[in-house]
Amino acid sequence: MARMDVVSKQTAQKIERLAEQVMRAVKGGKNPFVEIPVRSLANVRFDPRKRIVQLGGQRQKRYFFNVAMAKKFMQTFLVSDACKELVESGKTTSIRDLYYITKHTIGETRQNTFEEQDESDPIIEDLEVALDALREELHLFASRKGSMVGPITIRDSGDTIDLRRMGSGGWAVPSIVEENVIEFVRHEARYVLLIEKDAVWTRFNEDKFWKRERCVILQGGGQPPRGVRRLVQRLHAELKLPVYVLVDNDPWGFYIYSVMKQGSINLAYESMRMAVPDARFVGLSSFDKDKFRLPANVAIKMDDGDVSRAKQMLGYPWFKEARWQREIQEMVRSGVKFELEALSRRGISFITEEYLPRKLKEKDWLE
Amino acid sequence: MARPAARQLELVPAEPPGRKPARLEVARPPRAGAPAPAGAGAGGAAAPAAPERAAAAPAPHAPRRRATAEQMAQRQREISISEFFTKNRHLLGFDNPSKALLTTIKEAVDNSLDACEEAGILPEITVEVRDLAWEKSQGNDLTKGEGRFVVVVEDNGPGIVKAQVPKIFGKLLYGSKFHRLKQSRGQQGIGISAAAMYGQLTTGQPIRVVSRTGKARPAHLFEIQIDTRKNDPVVTRDDEQREWHQEHGTRVELEIVANWQQGQKFVNRYVEHTALANPHATVHYLRPKQERLTFPRATDELPKEALEIKPHPHGVELGALMLMAAESRSHDVKGFLGSAFSRVSPAVADEILKAAAFKGRVRPRDLAEDRHLAESLHRAIQATKIMAPPTNCLSPIGDALMKKGLVSFLQVIESEGPEAEEEGQLDLDSAGKKRKSAKERRAEAAAPEVPDAPPEEGVEKIKGHNYFIATVTRPPRVYRGNPFQVEVGLAYGGSWPADKPIELFRFANRVPLLFQRGACGVTEAVVKTDWRNYLLSQPRGSLPVGPMALLVHVASVWVPFTSESKEAVAHYPEIIREIQLAAQECGRKLATHIRKRQHADYQAQRRSIFELYIEEVAQALGKITGKSPAPIKREFLRVAEQVTEAELEEKEAAEKASGNPRRRDEDE
Ligand SMILES: Nc1ncnc2c1ncn2[C@@H]1O[C@H](COP(=O)(O)OP(=O)(O)OP(=O)(O)O)[C@@H](O)[C@H]1O
Ligand SMILES: [Mg+2]
Repeated sequence: MARMDVVSKQTAQKIERLAEQVMRAVKGGKNPFVEIPVRSLANVRFDPRKRIVQLGGQRQKRYFFNVAMAKKFMQTFLVSDACKELVESGKTTSIRDLYYITKHTIGETRQNTFEEQDESDPIIEDLEVALDALREELHLFASRKGSMVGPITIRDSGDTIDLRRMGSGGWAVPSIVEENVIEFVRHEARYVLLIEKDAVWTRFNEDKFWKRERCVILQGGGQPPRGVRRLVQRLHAELKLPVYVLVDNDPWGFYIYSVMKQGSINLAYESMRMAVPDARFVGLSSFDKDKFRLPANVAIKMDDGDVSRAKQMLGYPWFKEARWQREIQEMVRSGVKFELEALSRRGISFITEEYLPRKLKEKDWLE
Repeated sequence: MARPAARQLELVPAEPPGRKPARLEVARPPRAGAPAPAGAGAGGAAAPAAPERAAAAPAPHAPRRRATAEQMAQRQREISISEFFTKNRHLLGFDNPSKALLTTIKEAVDNSLDACEEAGILPEITVEVRDLAWEKSQGNDLTKGEGRFVVVVEDNGPGIVKAQVPKIFGKLLYGSKFHRLKQSRGQQGIGISAAAMYGQLTTGQPIRVVSRTGKARPAHLFEIQIDTRKNDPVVTRDDEQREWHQEHGTRVELEIVANWQQGQKFVNRYVEHTALANPHATVHYLRPKQERLTFPRATDELPKEALEIKPHPHGVELGALMLMAAESRSHDVKGFLGSAFSRVSPAVADEILKAAAFKGRVRPRDLAEDRHLAESLHRAIQATKIMAPPTNCLSPIGDALMKKGLVSFLQVIESEGPEAEEEGQLDLDSAGKKRKSAKERRAEAAAPEVPDAPPEEGVEKIKGHNYFIATVTRPPRVYRGNPFQVEVGLAYGGSWPADKPIELFRFANRVPLLFQRGACGVTEAVVKTDWRNYLLSQPRGSLPVGPMALLVHVASVWVPFTSESKEAVAHYPEIIREIQLAAQECGRKLATHIRKRQHADYQAQRRSIFELYIEEVAQALGKITGKSPAPIKREFLRVAEQVTEAELEEKEAAEKASGNPRRRDEDE
């Protein structure tokens, strides 16, 4: 608990410093501004040594006395104020809540401080990078989805939970999984398996795959939310568990893997704490259709969007390696994609009993 | 004064008029393969088609003969002009009573303007529409739907000599403009007599004409009917009128079946736009149950006289070439080329002949008879480099006058708008509808006056509204041997609505084009221009959106229309390109203006924006730092006063540096 106070105090101080700096500028007759690292593709680069996507050095000044920026400047401080209050009172809330907290009508006008949540969400991200504070440190969380089971015991906000006894639904991964909320107590896991889809994860749980294989299985309902990614990263970094990713055989699946591995463009400033450059792609590979004798009628034809997306991936620096190139090229060449569920054609538990064990045994994965 | 009379000639029916499709089959007789155009006699128009088709039809088994040549001969007879007209009235613009109203007025007004221009007189034209049923029943409502109307058009032109009047108004295909190449509104010699025919067919009433050629001469009043069998005039009244208020001029009165309720929007638009494209003309417009409306002339300067030119060799079609050769009085082809065409010097003629490589002596007559000879000459002409045609045959409106025209046009429509709405019955044209409602206007008038910005070049204050006006006249160019010239003018701002597509006003030889906007090359050129470069929004493949009217004028000795009804300009790449270039040039002027205006608006706005947000920011900063917000607010306000112009410029410079991808259009 003491630690948490230190972090909160620091966060509150950061916000205060931001405000004081503005007030100093105004006192000195200057146009006050907030400096914000640019969060766009132009300011994102792949660091080949750390093997993650990172924010570049570009910063942008948000002035108050500038017609185009004044409103955002004002919004930045409304959000800052609200966050400072959250931090000081020790409460955490959703970003949707924050939108309602900060929304009100301005003066005698019909203008609102925020018209849509779409307006306040980017201001929050701006503030995170400007303060160099995590969203969690601002006491905010985004949507919550994702579940986890496995031979591990954790402590969540003081409650000790054995993830072997989570029934069919598993433990719901919260949005904030920092050490002050989630602690790892003990475990017997040998690795972490991140599964793209809820339905497939359910199969793994029902088949008690995690028990047999002694692993932690997680799912993030498609593109995993920050909480899930951060948790995977902590399991990898703190418990030294290798991470395997199991996704559909389509460009979107590859992209999910790529985000887990190097971070996303949108959240590039958090790659350091979210990405697992060593994450391994176990499937579904474009070559699995032959290896596992999948009938042609379970294939789905790729549309134009799929093809161009796949071709674009051929250019990603982290997919430059020959095996990855072959993998993606095979997808483009064959013009078809497969869902994980396609494996069920070979038997309902084929994926847990034959497919994955064989892939792991043969070390048939990509990195 | 009555100089044009010498050139008013009758057109032989074998060579029917230019614009109506009936001529399409006949005007180029050699196409079908018959080598002797001279032989295609009267009445030959429709007859040959039937037997030819029968012969050409494939016959799998011998078909039964249906009619003998003798039987068919009994049915072959001359087609009377009225029968032709009745069948084809839509081609001449008399499709229905509302369009017929417009066409009748248009034919008369176009003639008046042409005549005044040719004679060198500043036109003063009166257009009047009378609702006969309403006049009889005084006090009741105007005729709803179809009814009897009288159209009167009066001008102060040169007048028409007495002897010519009957033929001009009582004979189709009689005129002075068909045989020459020069920019004019009328071309065919069919316009006004077609209107007379329409009146006669729908009401039985003759056309009434009063004309006077000079102070010393009396005016004459005629009533003329058309003998529709013979296509000849029948004069039913011919009175001398000692007293007539005009020294010279012509007054035409036609009783027709029309639909004023629906047709008036076309007429309103036609009259407004005619005044706009003819700033040297004064137009009075009298409508039933409404105040007289006058468009005063904006200049006392007559348009530059358009001179007549000979056709350019590159524009001639094979059939026309053969016809010209047949009519030529030259002894050899060289002489024929030199005399019939412009820009053919003896050296050029030699070059053409060398390329044609005729064997033996060839006379113009031979060309008319031998299609192969004519074809090789035609090819040789196309292959020879020939100087562009002279352009003194064109008479553009000109930059300055276009501007004056726009200003006086706006002056009239600005004042006409609310008045018409209060009447409550005028179905305003679409331009009118888009103007603000009377209520909105009153609300605006009540709002406190914003002090005037210092006057900017190109900005005209019209009835309290600021309009930015820009015009561009392009140099003459040539398409298929025909000289043409494009002009573009725009009026931006004022009370045009900002959220609607712009108003596009199309003109060809100063005549407004009111129909078939979508099919017109002018529209295509405007749509293809990227107006986003000039700070207007523009949905893909559409006209730009913004408070603007755009005027496009194409002037040519031969405006290529997409159809005989002269409603849309054909899509010639040369013409489209010129329109685009002119639009871009105008657009750049517009963008400069909009930027200036944005700058001014911006300064006024920023104050209030800042004041609005300062309160919020001060509150938040106060809470974060635990200080009182009042002094923070004071300090912000103090800086707001100081934030200077310099900073604005800095911001603009930064914006430019960040490189917004404007300016993609190239000039020339
Ligand atoms: N108001 C007028 N004043 C003087 N001359 C006139 C007037 N109206 C007509 N004319 C003469 O009568 C002729 C015939 O007019 P008409 O409208 O029938 O044909 P057009 O104008 O030559 O061609 P178009 O068929 O294209 O209108 C004109 O060529 C002109 O010489
Ligand atoms: Mg005419």
